Amino acid sequence: MQQTASAATEQPVISCRNVWKLFGSDPTTYLATMPAGRGYEEIRSDGYIAGVKDVSVDVRRGEMLVIMGLSGSGKSTLVRCFSRLHDITGGTIEVEGQDVMSLSEKELIELRRSKMGMVFQSFGLLPHRTVLDNVAFPLEMRGQDRHKRRERAMEVIKLVGLEGREDYFPRELSGGQQQRVGIARSLAIEPDIWFLDEPFSALDPLIRREMQDEFLRLQEMLAKTIVFITHDFDEALRLADRIAIMKDGAVEQCDTPDQIVLHPATEYVRKFTEEIDKARVVHASVLAKPDLTGSGDPVDALSTVHQLAQLLVQDTREAIPVAREGKVIGAFRREDALNILVGAH
Amino acid sequence: MAVLTTDPVAGLALTRPRAALLMVVLAAVLTLLHYAGVLPAVLHRLPEAWIPPFAAWLDAGFNFIKDDLGLLALTRFLTEGLEWVLDATANLFFGQRRWPYLGPIPWTAIAAVAAVVGYYLGGWRMALLGGGVFVWTALIGQWKIAMQTASVLVVAAPLAFVIGLSLGIAGWKYAWVSRAIKPVLSVLQTLPFFTYLLPAVIFFKVGPTAGAVATTIYAIPPMILMTTLGLQKVPHEVIEAGHMSGCTRWQLLRHVYLPSARREILVGVNQVIMLSLAMVVLTAFIGMPGLGAKLLAMMGSFKLGRSFEIGITIVLIAVMLDRMSKAWALKQPEHHERGTPWWKQHALLLIGIGAFVFFCILGQFVEVASDIGRRQNFSQGKLMDDLIKDFLALGWVNAITGWIRYVVNVQILIPFRNFLLSIPTPAFILAIAAFALWLGGRKQAWLAALFFGLVALSGWWDRSVITLYSVISAVTLALLFGLPIGIIASRDEKWSRRVLLACDTAQTFPSFVYLIPAIMLFGITDVAVIFSILIFAMVPLTRYTIEGLRTVPEEMTEAADMSGATRMQKLWKVQLPLALPTMAVGFNQAIMFAFFMVIIAAFIGTQDLGQELQRTLAGTDMGKNFVLGICVSLMALTFDLTILKWANDRKRALGLGE
Repeated sequence: MQQTASAATEQPVISCRNVWKLFGSDPTTYLATMPAGRGYEEIRSDGYIAGVKDVSVDVRRGEMLVIMGLSGSGKSTLVRCFSRLHDITGGTIEVEGQDVMSLSEKELIELRRSKMGMVFQSFGLLPHRTVLDNVAFPLEMRGQDRHKRRERAMEVIKLVGLEGREDYFPRELSGGQQQRVGIARSLAIEPDIWFLDEPFSALDPLIRREMQDEFLRLQEMLAKTIVFITHDFDEALRLADRIAIMKDGAVEQCDTPDQIVLHPATEYVRKFTEEIDKARVVHASVLAKPDLTGSGDPVDALSTVHQLAQLLVQDTREAIPVAREGKVIGAFRREDALNILVGAH
Repeated sequence: MAVLTTDPVAGLALTRPRAALLMVVLAAVLTLLHYAGVLPAVLHRLPEAWIPPFAAWLDAGFNFIKDDLGLLALTRFLTEGLEWVLDATANLFFGQRRWPYLGPIPWTAIAAVAAVVGYYLGGWRMALLGGGVFVWTALIGQWKIAMQTASVLVVAAPLAFVIGLSLGIAGWKYAWVSRAIKPVLSVLQTLPFFTYLLPAVIFFKVGPTAGAVATTIYAIPPMILMTTLGLQKVPHEVIEAGHMSGCTRWQLLRHVYLPSARREILVGVNQVIMLSLAMVVLTAFIGMPGLGAKLLAMMGSFKLGRSFEIGITIVLIAVMLDRMSKAWALKQPEHHERGTPWWKQHALLLIGIGAFVFFCILGQFVEVASDIGRRQNFSQGKLMDDLIKDFLALGWVNAITGWIRYVVNVQILIPFRNFLLSIPTPAFILAIAAFALWLGGRKQAWLAALFFGLVALSGWWDRSVITLYSVISAVTLALLFGLPIGIIASRDEKWSRRVLLACDTAQTFPSFVYLIPAIMLFGITDVAVIFSILIFAMVPLTRYTIEGLRTVPEEMTEAADMSGATRMQKLWKVQLPLALPTMAVGFNQAIMFAFFMVIIAAFIGTQDLGQELQRTLAGTDMGKNFVLGICVSLMALTFDLTILKWANDRKRALGLGE
């Protein structure tokens, strides 16, 4: 949320405009002749599957954008369009201001070798290579010499906590460990953009939680631009700066977690938020209105309603001021916050 | 893939069996008319005059390609290179006087290396198998002929591997290559091996060179199939991980695709080795010296003890090669502890080299370690000859085999054959088409009619029918034995495993070996032919029956149990219907095997296509050879297409697999 102000002026890392990805016998011609406003089901009855349907989304520098959706909603397809693992059917995708569809094979390979890293749901490890060789693989591909790449690989292996296992083969590791290898490999080239395609979905719940913590720790250290895919709304809320919720290839809503739980844009999104404890998601800063002036000590902008629960119940002020880094940015009505706390929103 | 069906399924289900029935009735009417003597001769058999001279046309075609287009010059040129390699291996393995004048390698050295390789792949048991097979071969006095076979094998198998792998990659990469290769492959796989031999002889001279070429070509198809299959099966995310790591196309193939498809490729290698062995034995028919030639000669002169010993050697070699290459396919890489010294990490390699060098040197000083002389070996061939002959001459044995021979021949086989021969050609084609329509569908029926029509046009109808008769009767008998064995074995986990192991082992035997027990029991007769096909074809039948029954989902058998089904009810109402598609695959394989075997059995003296085919080998009658080969191939393909179509349809209908 903090970066909202600054990011608006800066150029986004990934910017996609009206992106379409259709699967079928001749998607390009079909898209060109298709009447505007055709729905997912109608397209399907024409013999095409809309993997991505008219999506426009920006990924800003240093933010974590979580793409959320049920299986088949097109979230994995969208991310594969970003890295051009899939060629898009229509629209434009720009990465660092460069149209990815206009890149030659060589330029594309160069882009992936220097700027992108990706983690896969079922790890995508090469079974015949040791942990070390798997992690060093992208470095080997770009022709780094043996000594240097081993050194760098060892660094990332340490980073993900797999030290001592570097001579193991993937099948000798547990699922969580295998995904650590996947993460290490994606970080080996020090990418600017980090794609994670449901990285923790194949793991059991306890390990998943642990890996999420680990992931947040890594992100704090590395501060990469991240596109994270998940079908787990809780995971999305826990990790995201912004969430894009997808259904049938289209983005239903793309906003901060607070806004999504407070103001779901569609019925579909509202259903997702129903079961969520909003008090744990909504921050004081979001409730604060700049034109409102409260009295007394301000609360921190980054605290959630849940964290303020005790104060809200005991305090008697009508409006409570909110401060970010010591500066008051406005105030919120206590009643609004209480409504969220008791779930009467 | 969702395929759009244009035919209303409900309507088809009603009309297809009816149409088939109608065709059978028509065929029966035609046959009865013929019996009554009112069918015009033209409708019974195609008049000689109407038969186009396919053989002559093909000959003309071949000659054009061979001489005018200069293919012969090209192949003769290639022959030079191949001959040079074969001479080198011949020198190394059995000391032929050619470059590099180093051989022969002492048998002890080869046995020791085999044992070390065996240990690396599968521990002590495999080591024992590897070393043991070579020790046996040497001690029994067959070292030289075995090495003659091996010297061709070590050239043909790698060649088939390289060609198969390249074509497999091309077929996977370019759809049009795959489309072009597929029909060729299915024809190649049904083409009788005699058809491989003659062109090899014509283009590549008699002897080891032609043998190597025929063997190579014969062993290529499974390598192509397995390579393509393996590459297609590489998980999506692994490929994407390769892309995201910035692989170029070549890097992707070299570092991602091929290593990930390792297992399928190695299974392909296993098949290449086994087919090469089977074929290299059969190249005896074109004068390739070695185990096959010796076996052929021994069987020809009815020296059964000797044949038996050679048979055992061949079987042992087959089992060893199969086990080792399978173990290789399954072997997973393992990491060494940190700081393991270099020599410890490569201990087996060093031991292998050490043993090889040691025995090579030892062989220089100790005669027996390098070569076992004629009088030193332990062959009991002569004794066994006498024993077997005495055994067969025993009154009761003779009575039993004689009785079986009589009953099977006179009561069953000959009447059946005469009946098949009496059916008018159009009626026969109609009946086959009806069968294809009933099982497969309209397309299969048209193909069946077309294929058998071509056989009729080839002018070899009667011999084709006799071939078919051998196949049908042998497979029917195999069904009678194989199915009950499979069903009974499948009831028990332990027995299933044992029988499956036996089948797997039997399947690795080169087909030639199956003739030995048949000849031992029934001499050189029709019954021996049927018997050898019978045991050969029983193997896949039993195997797939067990596999089909064992893979019926447990919930279904449990549901049957809970519904109060008796064992019999469960078998008939639940297990068999669900296992049938898999069993059909076994049935199909049995038929293919039978077609293969019936041609080999020509050696015993049959009256079918195989006999004629074998005869063409003596000359340069390439056109005729091809016409005969294609006849066999067309008949086999008809069954293959029809039965597999049914099995796939059925599997889809049951929601099993794919």
